[in-house]
Amino acid sequence: MKTPIVTDTTLRDGSHAVSHSFTPEFVGEVVSRLAEANVPVIEVSHGSGLGGSTIQQGFSVHDEWSLIERAVANKKDSKIASLFVPGIGTRPEILKAAEYGVDVLRIAVHCTEADVSQQYFEQAKKSGLGTVGFLMMSHTQPAEVLAKQAKLMESYGADCVYVVDSAGALVPESVRERVASLKEALSINVGFHAHNNLGLAIGNTVAALEAGADQVDGTLRGLGAGVGNAPTEVLVAVLNKMKIDTGINLTILMDTAEDLVAPVFKYPNVIDRDNLASGYAGVYNSFLLHVREAAEKFNLNPVAIIEELGRRHAVAGQEDWILDVALELQQKELAQKELVK
Amino acid sequence: MEKIKVAILGSGNIGTDLMYKILKTDRSMELALMAGIDPESEGLKRAAELEIPTTAKGIDGVLENRDIRIVFDATSAKAHLAHAPRLKEAGIIAVDLTPAAVGPYVVPAINLGDHLELDNVNMISCSGQATTPLVYAVNRIAPVKYSEIIATISSNSVGPGTRQNLDEFTMTTANACQGIGGAETARAIPVINSAEPPIMMNNTVYAVLKEEADEAAVLESIHEVVAEVQRYVPGYRLKGAPYIDVRHTPWGDLPTVIILNEVEGAGDFFPAYAGNLDIMTAAAQQVGEQFASHLLKKGGVIA
Repeated sequence: MKTPIVTDTTLRDGSHAVSHSFTPEFVGEVVSRLAEANVPVIEVSHGSGLGGSTIQQGFSVHDEWSLIERAVANKKDSKIASLFVPGIGTRPEILKAAEYGVDVLRIAVHCTEADVSQQYFEQAKKSGLGTVGFLMMSHTQPAEVLAKQAKLMESYGADCVYVVDSAGALVPESVRERVASLKEALSINVGFHAHNNLGLAIGNTVAALEAGADQVDGTLRGLGAGVGNAPTEVLVAVLNKMKIDTGINLTILMDTAEDLVAPVFKYPNVIDRDNLASGYAGVYNSFLLHVREAAEKFNLNPVAIIEELGRRHAVAGQEDWILDVALELQQKELAQKELVK
Repeated sequence: MEKIKVAILGSGNIGTDLMYKILKTDRSMELALMAGIDPESEGLKRAAELEIPTTAKGIDGVLENRDIRIVFDATSAKAHLAHAPRLKEAGIIAVDLTPAAVGPYVVPAINLGDHLELDNVNMISCSGQATTPLVYAVNRIAPVKYSEIIATISSNSVGPGTRQNLDEFTMTTANACQGIGGAETARAIPVINSAEPPIMMNNTVYAVLKEEADEAAVLESIHEVVAEVQRYVPGYRLKGAPYIDVRHTPWGDLPTVIILNEVEGAGDFFPAYAGNLDIMTAAAQQVGEQFASHLLKKGGVIA
């Protein structure tokens, strides 16, 4: 098995879990430690990508450019990546990212919509950035469809395309199929990004590597949207046991996860009822806190909201549907109470 | 009754849907020509079957016809930039359905009356037609500090033009919410959903207010504007009642009006879920009707 390129996305995916409240000091310190530990790629941006500071996604407490600036200053030999979601971000943000010294742009679309990404890949390439395609919600489509979409991204100039399990809904067999299908179709790198809703973040990442994945993601202590991701320190420990030497310093990762990242958790990332329901229903992980807020406000069971979002096939960026669903469920409940009377 | 002769330039999906809309309405316009550049196009064939005069010579075919007073340009931004000066020279009014924006943005429910003496107006974008009226409805009662709109459309209804130019779509819509809607700053975020069966176009408008507002007055204004849009887009409606919530924003905790809206198409040529395409053609038709009746009132003479 080849040695994968590991990307740590604590400072991007983890942004969701702390409601986009990372401080420049925190980002600077974590990037220093990750760089010292020799993690090759470190992702930093709003959880929903550049320009994600919105009512819909949640406003950033600190301007993301102040976070990126600090990350770039402390990156040493590591590369800094930022997420970019077409529609949330626009091309001026790509130019700005290049100016700020970001090395890699990870361009994320729903896994059937690769053809909206062309102008962004072209802009990123023109601005001298490395480019990664992110096929979000990959559990919703069969392997062949993903391979076709990935092929489009390759034609637009992607250096790598990821199978992204945004909902944490894949199991090892379905990960292997998807990654193998991309590997067969593409001549560029293939990556895998996991979420832990079914307790399979590490297992699925190993399955992806077995199927030939070249790049994988992790977050320190698993700090990420919803129940979080494959913990980077656990992943490196597992790879060490598998005799795959990533060159990453496990001790530094363990200390950073424990000393710096553990204290910023706002809720425990255990597979509780809401997170399991979310993975089981195939719902985008960053919806979690928005769902909980709506459930409390409208006095509803979060699972009912999650299941309805799953039935409607909500995709990334549709946080407004949470409100729509909550209002509908509330109407239904009121109507039922009337009937009982 | 005397009618104004109009032509549709562009025989693609938008042009074809607009053709059906004009044909089923007996008001101030007469569809005198369907112009395309591909004689084999579905739109030209359908027009010929309906005994509408057609041309495959594009803009040249339109300009050969001396009676045409209004042209709906449903081609592309690049093509419209070339068409606009030629139409102007010929004294023809252009209703531009492309993102070229040679003329000012127009939303029939808001500002059409201001532009009836011009010879080129632009229809913004589908989400602009759907959301700008809602921002405007709030802003005329309670000044809007920031508006953010989420336009969710089904994957099947998003054509290659929009897909290759998502940035233009995004920025144009935001500009309209600011320029015509009246918001101090604005963002627009398109979301494409590929669920089967396809989802209906739906929009969420968040309007952050500068200060506390009279909620009842805001709601009344929204309902009035929705009724106004419904006059030309019958499937345009609110989902649930709009309400005011206090939100954490970069400008402090501010009252924020939240409006959920959906647009069901009339099903003329596009399926009903594609309300995003329907609202473009329905709004363009309304603009054409207003221009036509304005011309008739003036005795058919362009001032």
